[in-house]
Amino acid sequence: MPNIVEIRWHGRGGQGAKTACMLLADAAFTSGKYVQGFPEYGPERMGAPITAYNRISDTRCDVHSFIYEPDYVVVVDESLLESVDVTKGLSASGAVIINSPRAPEALRPLLRGYAGRVCTIDARRISEAVLGSYFPNTPMLAAAVKVSGVIAPQDFMTNMEIAYRHKFAAKPQVICKNLTCLRQSMEEVQEG
Amino acid sequence: MSIRERLSGNEAVAYAMRQIDPDVMGAFPITPSTEIPQIYSRYIADGLVGTEFIAVESEHSALSTCIGAEAAGARAVTATSSAGLAFMWELLHVASSSRLPITLACVCRALTGPININNDHSDSMNARDAGWIQIYAENNQEAYDNYLQAMPIAERSEVRLPIMVCQDGFITSHSVENIELLEDETVKAFVGSYEPENYLLKHDNPLAVGPYGVSSYYMEAKMAQAQAMVCAKQAILETGQRFGDLSGRYYGLFEAYRMEDAETAIVLIGSSAGTARVCVDRLRAQGRKAGMVKVRVYRPFPGEELADALKGVKAVAVMDKCESFSTHGGPLGAEVRSALYDASVHPLLINYVYGLGGRDFAVTDCETVFNALDEAVAADSAKPVYRHLGQRGGDLSGL
Repeated sequence: MPNIVEIRWHGRGGQGAKTACMLLADAAFTSGKYVQGFPEYGPERMGAPITAYNRISDTRCDVHSFIYEPDYVVVVDESLLESVDVTKGLSASGAVIINSPRAPEALRPLLRGYAGRVCTIDARRISEAVLGSYFPNTPMLAAAVKVSGVIAPQDFMTNMEIAYRHKFAAKPQVICKNLTCLRQSMEEVQEG
Repeated sequence: MSIRERLSGNEAVAYAMRQIDPDVMGAFPITPSTEIPQIYSRYIADGLVGTEFIAVESEHSALSTCIGAEAAGARAVTATSSAGLAFMWELLHVASSSRLPITLACVCRALTGPININNDHSDSMNARDAGWIQIYAENNQEAYDNYLQAMPIAERSEVRLPIMVCQDGFITSHSVENIELLEDETVKAFVGSYEPENYLLKHDNPLAVGPYGVSSYYMEAKMAQAQAMVCAKQAILETGQRFGDLSGRYYGLFEAYRMEDAETAIVLIGSSAGTARVCVDRLRAQGRKAGMVKVRVYRPFPGEELADALKGVKAVAVMDKCESFSTHGGPLGAEVRSALYDASVHPLLINYVYGLGGRDFAVTDCETVFNALDEAVAADSAKPVYRHLGQRGGDLSGL
């Protein structure tokens, strides 16, 4: 299935990994793709590790299982690297994108021998500077789009603006800030 | 003109309900079906539908509400899962024996215990003998399409049975995927209005509903129910054809995928079918003659038709997302095995219990099943004929 891009999200309950996964599905759908966006449900609570998945394809995705050999992995919380084998099954030609202020090479030793691309983005700094509080999922979503190339950046920004206008209809003042957050993250993501 | 959208399975069902605008909804929230009444109550609050939403204190009352409404001549719907369906158990039988074509969106989830919120078919399969029509969806599209076909099937005068439209909890109910929706007017014209011949509150011919059935009449009432289920099969086929003419998506009793020359086949229900379809394609690319049968309609059970679809295969795996503790397999396995008994040729048959409580079924798991079928063909034996797939302590079946 070479035309399917599979993405796995690792986050902690409450950080919005599921929301980011759903927003990515939304943006990819709007750019004409077939999509799946689904979280792995269980007895989740704030702070517990959670997983969410995206399949993005030019044809309908028939498979309805979790993703074991993703093309890209997004780690919304750096502390998960200690407890979760985030790069398990990850394609060597893909990439892992980690929320961290550190450089990619500083994190590579924590990735259990993963040989592919390691990317980092300081989602906390961007989110706190632009949005005024810590919502890591917005910068992580943009970094995932930039690194994976599943959606052309300009299409993505256009689609997200439409999505935010809908999502934040009641508080339009945050739309511009969220778009800034996305743009800044796409510019700042570091590839190692 | 179809509408291109992306919706979860629950959103798709709620959307279909809005397009139909039934008279009454009685519902009590339970994961993973909660979103259906939740979304629908927003439609009501926004004035998009005229449905009377009856908030109740339990699923027992939710279905009782629907029974009362349907008996009075209204079109009533509900949604539930797992323990919620189990709590409806008594009323499931009242609904079917009273011949009330209620539509229930069942978002399938494991039964307790241990407590588990994830998907399997133990809830709906436990209700398989309750006299309800049962139709299962592979994905959000089918959940939507099946829901639109439910009332045209169930409300036909020769059927008049309640219908359960099932989809897999979380796997499809909470997965956002592409979907093609029909226009509101198209749906309204397809589903039509509900015009029962007789009902409780009909002024010129009032009717008693749910009276005592003495022994000298009880069996005839059950025979009439059984006859209605026989009629349901034709209604399902005709409705599937009519829906196809409208949407381009045709539906039958089951989908036979690459079965024409298949030597081994897997028979399953629900979202796993998509995964199996991809597996079959991969095996075919390797030159292995694999096929798949996705059972859409479980009640009425298409036994003869399935036996015919399987007549050419050497070995078949029947997959049950439900353990029935019979010590020799699950409910789908028992039905398929029974259907094959009366057929002239009998493939080797392995009945797998799999996917309980949300245990994942990946393409590689499906390959494991096909490998076992190849081994059975080579050995000319399917033993053990009852197995569990993916048990962490190894396969404990055949004990």
